[in-house]
Amino acid sequence: MSLVKPFDKLPTLNAATILLVGTDESQQQQLAEAILKEKKTFKINIHVATSLPLPAERDHIRPRIDLIAFMINMQSKHSLRNVEASLSHMDANFFLGKVCFLITGVGRMNHCSVEMNAVRKLGNLYSSPVLFCELDSEGIRAATAQRLLRMLQICAGHMPGVSALFFSSLMKSSIDE
Amino acid sequence: MRRSGRLSLRRRQDMDTPDSGGMTPLGRKTAETGINITSTTGYSRGLTFIRTHTLFGQSPTRRIIPQTSLLQENADPQKIAFLLRKQWTLYSVTPMYKFSYGNLKEYSRLLSAFVAAEKQKGLAVEVGNDFGIKVTLSTLLGLKGTDQDQVAILVQIASRSQLPFENAEDKVVWSGWFCCISGDDLLESVPEDFTCLSLFLANGAESYTAIVGSWFQKTFDCYFSRLTISPLNLAWMAAMWTGCKVDSHMAATELVFSVPCIPQSLDISYAIHPEDAKALWDTVQKTPGEVTQEEVNLFMDCLYSHFHRHFKIHLSATRLVKVSTSIASAHCDGNIKILHSKHLIGVLTLLTELAISQIQ
Repeated sequence: MSLVKPFDKLPTLNAATILLVGTDESQQQQLAEAILKEKKTFKINIHVATSLPLPAERDHIRPRIDLIAFMINMQSKHSLRNVEASLSHMDANFFLGKVCFLITGVGRMNHCSVEMNAVRKLGNLYSSPVLFCELDSEGIRAATAQRLLRMLQICAGHMPGVSALFFSSLMKSSIDE
Repeated sequence: MRRSGRLSLRRRQDMDTPDSGGMTPLGRKTAETGINITSTTGYSRGLTFIRTHTLFGQSPTRRIIPQTSLLQENADPQKIAFLLRKQWTLYSVTPMYKFSYGNLKEYSRLLSAFVAAEKQKGLAVEVGNDFGIKVTLSTLLGLKGTDQDQVAILVQIASRSQLPFENAEDKVVWSGWFCCISGDDLLESVPEDFTCLSLFLANGAESYTAIVGSWFQKTFDCYFSRLTISPLNLAWMAAMWTGCKVDSHMAATELVFSVPCIPQSLDISYAIHPEDAKALWDTVQKTPGEVTQEEVNLFMDCLYSHFHRHFKIHLSATRLVKVSTSIASAHCDGNIKILHSKHLIGVLTLLTELAISQIQ
């Protein structure tokens, strides 16, 4: 059982890796396919996991992970608890912009078991962007895939002059001022 | 099932205080970070008012359970008994325009004619036959949370008995009642001429509900919509009602969960001995008379982990659809059954709050 660290491996040339963590495997599969369909200029590796920590046996062949996206389904409290448990198995350096939360299932308010406060607190506590997306709809899935791809490009350092630390500006809301 | 052995409870530290108070933004606020529409005006008339849960989709972090929420003295016990132990379908109603309590007899007459006409549509019946339907509107005294609340209204459709006896009673085929308990937030912001009776409960044939609803909508320019209860609110109800003291026989607390499976969904029913449930709630609740979101979460998490230990099923991944306690039972489709008159006001206060938050 190893801690996932952002900078302990060398980056591969013109490639980036994203890790999707969540309990709903079919949704992860669909999102991964949507990401692969997008036009991109670099090679992309998508790793999926149900929870952290990742098994230590394959650690040496795993590439450096540039972005971790935690998927939380508002209709299942189990997914929230799973993500909260996984967050403790990560190196603190990851939270400098290399983590984001994908929240799905908000569209059907009558089926929500997770309260909005909990999700917002999670985003504030870990200083990471919270993206609301309805991954059941194909259009939104494609849009989310494009966003993730853009974020991945920045996190992997492919954009000169832009670093993952800039994502914290996404999270400022005017109420805080 | 009776709990055996001890369940160790991990008390979580209180998180920092959540957002509370503040001005309501005009219009909906999206939950996406960084996008905001905030109102900079002061107390303006219209739809702005201060509430603790102002943002989209948020539920309140704490709810106060009033300790002395008894029916007022002028309540008619027979009428109140009529409201209990029946399955009611919930609707939320927008404020009604120019509804007057003095014209109830007139409204009864008009509604009778309307119901008879609707029922006769498409039938070849001779003119003048009133079809044996009688509608009565009456007030339900005593169902008030605060003094500003409007008096509740009961609507009943009775079919005239066909028997020739003079004292043969009419059979009530449909009943519905409007009420609004502690709807202060809405009452303050609503202009004159509007009556706020936000909660509507109906029992009887769906066709009659539709007819009565459409008459009210046409006459008073209001809108009825089905009030559904989310799993979050059902969890609140489970926690709040388990904590209520019941003098007479306590029924088991039963929770029904729906598991989305293909092809047919699976239902899991989880029944807890009422004394165990109350004992668990008593250890979780810190301040008597106040319930917080964390306490509700902790209560439900304890129940889920107990179930998981025995059956290895994560109930937190399923959807809570029905809650039954000794006080009342509620279904997510918007059905409710209240069992005790002592807690009637408490249950109605919560339902009014849900109805008002749906109308906004």
